[in-house]
Amino acid sequence: MTTTSTTPPVRAAVAPPRATPARKGSAILSRHPRLRLGLLLSAPLVWLGLVYIVALVALLITAFWSVDSFTGEISQTWTLDNIIEVVTGSLYQTVTLRTVGVALAVTVIDIVIALPVAFFMAKVASPRMQRILVIAVLTPLWASYLVKAYAWRSVLSQDGILNWLVTPLGGSTPGYGLPAVIITLSYLWLPYVILPIYAGLDRVPDSLLEASGDLGGKTWSTLRLIVLPIIWPAIIAGSIFAFSLSLGDYITVNIVGGANQMLGNLVYTNVGAANNLPLAAAIALIPIVIIFGYLALVRRTGALDNL
Amino acid sequence: MRLSRPARIVLGSVTAIVLTVVYVPLLVVFVNSFSTSTSLSWPPPGFTLEWWRKAFQSTGALNAVLTSVQVAIVATIIALVLGTLISLALQRFEFFGRDAVSLLVILPIALPGIITGIALNNFFRTMMGVPLSIWTVVIAHATFCVVTVFNNVIARLRRLGMNFEDASADLGAGLWTTFRLVTFPQLRSALFAGGLLAFALSFDEIIVTTFTAGSGVTTLPIFILDNMFRPNQAPIVSVIAVVLVLVSILPIYFAQRLAGSERSLK
Amino acid sequence: MKRTTARTRAVISGVALVSATLLLTACGTSGGGDTKAEAPTKLGDTEGAISILAWPGYVEDGSNDPTVDWVTPFVEETGCKVTTKTFGTSDEAFSLMKTGDYDVVSASGDASLRLVAAGEVAPVNTDLIENYDGIYDFLKMREWNSVDGVSYGIPHGYGANLLMYNTEEVTPAPTSWDVVFDKSGDYAGKVTAYDSPIYIADAALYLMKHQPDLGIENPYALDADQLAASVDLLKEQRANIGEYWSDYLKEIQAFETGDSVVGTSWQVIKNSLAEGTPAEAILPEEGATGWSDTWMISSKAKNPNCAYAWLDYIASPEANATATGYFGEAPSSQAACEFRTDCESYHAGDEEYASQIWYWTTPIADCVDGRTDVTCTDYSEWTSAWQEIKG
Repeated sequence: MTTTSTTPPVRAAVAPPRATPARKGSAILSRHPRLRLGLLLSAPLVWLGLVYIVALVALLITAFWSVDSFTGEISQTWTLDNIIEVVTGSLYQTVTLRTVGVALAVTVIDIVIALPVAFFMAKVASPRMQRILVIAVLTPLWASYLVKAYAWRSVLSQDGILNWLVTPLGGSTPGYGLPAVIITLSYLWLPYVILPIYAGLDRVPDSLLEASGDLGGKTWSTLRLIVLPIIWPAIIAGSIFAFSLSLGDYITVNIVGGANQMLGNLVYTNVGAANNLPLAAAIALIPIVIIFGYLALVRRTGALDNL
Repeated sequence: MRLSRPARIVLGSVTAIVLTVVYVPLLVVFVNSFSTSTSLSWPPPGFTLEWWRKAFQSTGALNAVLTSVQVAIVATIIALVLGTLISLALQRFEFFGRDAVSLLVILPIALPGIITGIALNNFFRTMMGVPLSIWTVVIAHATFCVVTVFNNVIARLRRLGMNFEDASADLGAGLWTTFRLVTFPQLRSALFAGGLLAFALSFDEIIVTTFTAGSGVTTLPIFILDNMFRPNQAPIVSVIAVVLVLVSILPIYFAQRLAGSERSLK
Repeated sequence: MKRTTARTRAVISGVALVSATLLLTACGTSGGGDTKAEAPTKLGDTEGAISILAWPGYVEDGSNDPTVDWVTPFVEETGCKVTTKTFGTSDEAFSLMKTGDYDVVSASGDASLRLVAAGEVAPVNTDLIENYDGIYDFLKMREWNSVDGVSYGIPHGYGANLLMYNTEEVTPAPTSWDVVFDKSGDYAGKVTAYDSPIYIADAALYLMKHQPDLGIENPYALDADQLAASVDLLKEQRANIGEYWSDYLKEIQAFETGDSVVGTSWQVIKNSLAEGTPAEAILPEEGATGWSDTWMISSKAKNPNCAYAWLDYIASPEANATATGYFGEAPSSQAACEFRTDCESYHAGDEEYASQIWYWTTPIADCVDGRTDVTCTDYSEWTSAWQEIKG
């Protein structure tokens, strides 16, 4: 091997960067990660903390106050009456059970529908088909929520398309009521459940499934033992949307729910009709506690990273 | 994956059925926009183009769309900035309260809208004494839109890792330059996807908006809610819905193209 | 060691957060002051702007339908630029008025007295309003728009809560409210009623005629026992209700599709039903509840002169005829009928018809029927009762 030269090839000299204030700032920040962190976090934390948390805590504190029924003014005398009424009143217990039942039903139905659809989209469809399907799933989100709910009101009515379809078969439309609420809410939140599950399935490498097949796993066992545990956090993530959106909904109930009311309606009437913010805040505690409980439960599954 | 043919067919047909059922109500809306009946009953007694004509002439509808677009754009921009900041902080650093911050970001969307609505209403009006206006709506929307940006960006950051940034720093780039020339281009499609979802969320939001909009602020959902009351105006709402759906197909398509090209680059 | 530090840190930050919030909340959430506004004795120049809170369809400026506009002439005449906010229920109106952002509100009787009690509206000097004289006498100085002989607003029009029924499903043609109360089981699942606590008055009205020993004189003045009786009647009715309506488009649709066949309704709903819908609306033999909306002026009005100008304008025959005709109610004056062709169907000016109507009035503790030996139930009790009824 012959060495051509002992001197390294001459490169054009690159001037060292000027020490502008921006560069100095950048240097300081590079050396102090906590300062960087602080700067990054300050704006969002101030926003979320100041606007949201303070507002929320203020609302919850109101639950411990009461309202003068004659003047409608809030009197800041501390009392547990509202909380006690909400926890022990039979009306609130009935409505809470009903609301949680509806929310659970909607969540389960959406997951059951979303799983095959998301699986088809992620693993079976060709890339071009995949893109079309994603667009097809996302597009309904843009038709207004109110319009979709009213459309379902039309579909489920005595004179509607559903009745027209099933009457020859001997069935009839469920009409307006809790089943209608469950159907409509499942319909409204379906895209929100399909998307995280689709994203989760998309991340499952095909090679894993092929390996399972090679090792002798049939379709169903592969799905059950390999795919499901991997996408479980994604499923939970989707369920959070469906569950919490259903828990607090009051508009859909008004439109297709017949004479029923859910927790959202109780809060709404107490803020508006009764002008009783303390009682509304006390009722609002119920869904807050439920959601916090649900989030705490699912935190361990890592679902919160998948939202 | 080697799925048996029957399995593929079953999956395919299930998907087809589900999508058909998803689009039936939208079809009902479409047909109703041509209906001569003023309430949304089916089947429509007759067909007319009157509502389409009225909808495009209705200054109320056009102003509502404009207001909604303005609110959504500003809220999305704020959400993009805040979401990126939080994602960078949470993904790159370990610190006390990390879980709490991540919970804080999710909370506005995890808690039911009516709670967020009355809390913010109470906050603005009673606590701060600030009159409700278009800005209170923007603030409210930005607060719950942060999470959509956050999710997309943090997922992307996890996939990217620090390598490129380290290399950039090794080559002498300052922090801002690194972000501008290395990190940001890689985040672009995640930001676009998150931003699009945030825009959609803000555009269609009704519950929090009714509690935080001042007098004279009419976003599109508020306009729709008002028009459902009015005599002889309901089919205009169907027209608006159809237009929105048709108009939205393009941005969704582009978002998908971007996401697809990113995937193929990997 | 690290865990303890983390936990102490958590405790400290938690305490800090809570105390910070408590401090902030102590600053805010204060009760409003007691503003007792007075009616002006004379008017000044108009201020150039006015903010109106109204039912949808009451303040139309052409932005919804270019042919429907009675606001533009007002703006041209007075120079007061109009901004409108609409509300869906009286309760929403009440909450919105508390913000103090609005100069004028069209309040139904179930909101008007609450607004007066909360100090949100000011007395109105009716001498300053030219068109006030022409208004029907039976609408002036009633329990819902005046307090202790002081007027608080201008009547806009009036309408009754009628009984509407599907002529094919409900036979023979009903003449009494019993089809929605005692006999509602015949139409189980297809009965409808207005979704508001004020509907309790309809049950009270029914009991007033059918169970006179309860001693109900005025369906809005109910003591605890009378309220309990009304609530029981409504709970029985609840089992047969298909849906309640507050959005009248809902009821139009429900009757057209056959999801509802009998229930409370408004004349405008009957008039809006599609051609060929077999429905009739009647005023049953017991009489009915009704409403007469009042234009009231906010006690915090920033534009009082424009407010008076609006009240005068909307009471003027032509404007009133157009506005009440669009919504579907009887106008407030006989002169307005010259501009309308359908005064007959709304029984405008028919005192006999109007005397059978019990107009919406906010229930308050001081019995509105004059009884002083008992305390009547107030609106907040009616609201709790209504939520219990809906279940």
